[in-house]
Amino acid sequence: MHIDLRTVTIKPLRHTFDNIARRLGADKPATRYQEGTLDMQQTVNFHYRPTWDPDHEIYDASRTAIKMADWYAFKDPRQFYYGAYTMARAKQQDTAEANFDFVENRGLAETLPADVRATVLELLVPLRHVAWGSNMNNASICAYSYGTAFSQPGIYQAMDQLGIAQYLTRVGLLLGGVDVLDEAKDSWMTADTWQGLRRYVEDCMVLKDPVELFVAQNVALDGLLYPLVYETIVDDVLSAKGGTPVAMLTQFMTDWFAETKRWTDATMKTAAAESAENKEILAKWVSQWRDRAAATLLPVARIALNERTDELVAEVVQQFNARLVKAGVPL
Amino acid sequence: MDMQVAKKKLGLKERYAVMTRGLDWVPSYQKMEDIYPYMTYEGIKIHDWDKWEDPFRLTMDAYWKYQSEKERKLYAVLDAFNQNNGHLNVTDARYINTVKLFVSGISPLEYVAHRGFAHAGRQFPGPGPRVACLMQSLDEIRHAQTQVHAVANYNKYYNGMHDFHHAHDRVWFLSVPKSFFDDAITAGPFEFMVSIGFSFEYVLTNLLFVPFVSGAAYNGDMGTMTFGFSAQSDEARHMTLGLEVIKFILEQDPDNLPIVQRWIDKWTWRGYRVLTLVAMMMDYMLPKRTMSWKEAWEIYFEENGGALFKDLARYGITMPKCAEQIALEKDHLSHQAWSTFYNYAAAANFHTWMPDEDEMAWLSAKYPNSYDKYYRPRMEYWREQAAKGNRFYNKTLPMLCQTCQVPMIFTEPGDPTKTCYREVDYKDSKYHFCSDHCKAIFEHEPEKYVQSWLPVHQIYQGNCFPEGTDPTVEGFDPLAAVLKYYHLESGRDNLDFEGSEDQKNFDEWRGMATKNV
Amino acid sequence: MSTVFIALQTNEDTRPIIEAIVQDNPAAIVNEAPAMVKIDAEGKLVIRRETVEELIGRPYDLQELQVNLITMSGNLDQTDDEMTLYWNA
Repeated sequence: MHIDLRTVTIKPLRHTFDNIARRLGADKPATRYQEGTLDMQQTVNFHYRPTWDPDHEIYDASRTAIKMADWYAFKDPRQFYYGAYTMARAKQQDTAEANFDFVENRGLAETLPADVRATVLELLVPLRHVAWGSNMNNASICAYSYGTAFSQPGIYQAMDQLGIAQYLTRVGLLLGGVDVLDEAKDSWMTADTWQGLRRYVEDCMVLKDPVELFVAQNVALDGLLYPLVYETIVDDVLSAKGGTPVAMLTQFMTDWFAETKRWTDATMKTAAAESAENKEILAKWVSQWRDRAAATLLPVARIALNERTDELVAEVVQQFNARLVKAGVPL
Repeated sequence: MDMQVAKKKLGLKERYAVMTRGLDWVPSYQKMEDIYPYMTYEGIKIHDWDKWEDPFRLTMDAYWKYQSEKERKLYAVLDAFNQNNGHLNVTDARYINTVKLFVSGISPLEYVAHRGFAHAGRQFPGPGPRVACLMQSLDEIRHAQTQVHAVANYNKYYNGMHDFHHAHDRVWFLSVPKSFFDDAITAGPFEFMVSIGFSFEYVLTNLLFVPFVSGAAYNGDMGTMTFGFSAQSDEARHMTLGLEVIKFILEQDPDNLPIVQRWIDKWTWRGYRVLTLVAMMMDYMLPKRTMSWKEAWEIYFEENGGALFKDLARYGITMPKCAEQIALEKDHLSHQAWSTFYNYAAAANFHTWMPDEDEMAWLSAKYPNSYDKYYRPRMEYWREQAAKGNRFYNKTLPMLCQTCQVPMIFTEPGDPTKTCYREVDYKDSKYHFCSDHCKAIFEHEPEKYVQSWLPVHQIYQGNCFPEGTDPTVEGFDPLAAVLKYYHLESGRDNLDFEGSEDQKNFDEWRGMATKNV
Repeated sequence: MSTVFIALQTNEDTRPIIEAIVQDNPAAIVNEAPAMVKIDAEGKLVIRRETVEELIGRPYDLQELQVNLITMSGNLDQTDDEMTLYWNA
């Protein structure tokens, strides 16, 4: 039976779920981000403690030193639930695909000046391992943090970083093939240039506090690496030397960072605004990890920047500090 | 041009290998056991993670492309469904109770799966399984959210699902599905993979989704049908991951076999007990039936699962022993479950009813060996009593099984007239079980299962009343207090379908749509 | 030999895929259910990219199948050219 109901108006009993109405303070229509996020994580009456971590509940706010009265105070400014997230990424993926096709079909990789090509191979290709490390670290953030508002973007970030690692792999394949990937991995494992950064990434992998890991990986490391590599080095320095095709191949990363930093900033802002204690802890983590990240990035940046390295890294650090201060973290 | 020739296009397998395992490295600044601390305590031995075969080789760009296409289609259907009051197209309003059961019982589990696979996807040292697990983690949050979004429209017009997150953590029978997933995520990463990835996804998930989703299709629920089929397309990937995990673990070391076999036995049984809810949904709650529970079990477990276990025999894996008992129970399970819910309808978040004449005839035909002999007489009696105004709602709390947490309603294997009780003395307490299998699971890990948050025990201990309740005052009504704690509104969310607000509204709204008023 | 199966949503996209499966697996049995087509085969079932491409007249990536897939059973082996479901016993 088919009923044509266009002419019938029926009055709903309620406009959203009770948990959302309680949080909104009224029974009014909620967004799909709200319905897909708020209170999604179970909170009480867990049956068993994890055999892998008997000191904690399955979801346990005490895994971090940061304290929140309500972990749903966090809000992703992008309002990403799965559907919004995949559709946004599919659109970027379309652009990236078109860019790769453009560069490939016109043989633009072969037109790159030798020094630009060498920089890309030495600098960009090993970064696929850094992105892979971030994939793992964000998996941790998603798995062990508290409340869906905080944990949910973790899985998106993890998969984004896997995507970035795969785009960088494609850059390597496009410019040289599988051998280039092997050489880059060799540098990552043994060359002095990369050891500070590799140590940083591996040290992050053993961090148990998910919010500290968020700060070390997403705020400090990515907050310096992306502006430095994709904005300063690729978009400015290499483009000026005839490396515009490289900027096309990394457009995803540039756009991605501009988007995701709105989330990291909002997250820091909410956590810092909660209490003086949070502010203090976050400031300590940020300055500690920032200093380490900046130091490990110096030799990496030198591959492309040579004598301008110190100056440009200092500039990026300065912008970073301004960003964090604006987010309410006293540095 | 020479370079072009050298750069021969990589095939799917080679390409995927450089896109995943090529990214990984052996750490040297931190120890493997500090980065992957949970890899050994379960006793599983893995010698070479590179032997892992990736089943579907999806890179992220392809993932985003295809998944966004699915999402676009799904939300277009949901929007159309909402705009056209699609809920009034369902066969009859009793159907909506299956949606209530689903959103409060199953959707929260999808969320746990999301977090569990993030955990497993962080902990395996092998890049292949890690990526597959993380992709599944991402899919699972999709399922949790699309289900909530699909049900959101039903919630606007019907009762029982308005506070389903709250209910899931508290309502007595919802501890059955909840404890199942809590059990899995608190186990080690390997057991988690066998429990959810293999036993649940591969062996049992067809029984959950295919009947539920075809049930939705049969009953005119386009929204649920669409999210169901759309989610199921991810399940195909998940099932394949589950199968690869089992094969991989078994191929790595012969010592893994007994551990894995025990997990398969345990999780097939745990999963089956959760499917009790699906069995009664299929046989009693869908106004238009797709197939009986017994038929579904025969197709998807006995036939399909049989093929699977035959395939795994070369590793030494055998069909779980519990399959024999399940075969004996398949004539009884749904009837015993629905009878229980009919009894306890005052404390549930959905409505119940007794089957009408036609439905009883269908049950007799589908269950020739059991329905008329054991269940029809009691159901006819209850129906008569209700018609006479003697509808009896049981307010005495049932004893629960310590392992599966289903009330102890099941009968002895082979004797449907005798309730099955098992017990174990452990330390200073006595623990009760619905079956030999639940008892065996407890005996293997008593320290885990003594922790169970049993709703009935908790009520008796006074932990399930709203804060500030004084149970000692005269005239204290424990059920009313428990319903408040559940956030269920007595008279609207619970009791029989007959006379409910859902029934009244649906009839009125549909009347407005089909008649001139 | 045990039965492998694949189930697809019934729609415009899957019609040529089902046709391709039937062409390449003549012994396969097609079962139509509401909104779903389930195809059973003894022991093994192959979906070939080229056959699908011939039917739809454009390049086809077997991973596109994901969009309309409902469920399947059997071990899976996927390459650029073929997707195979099989049981070893």
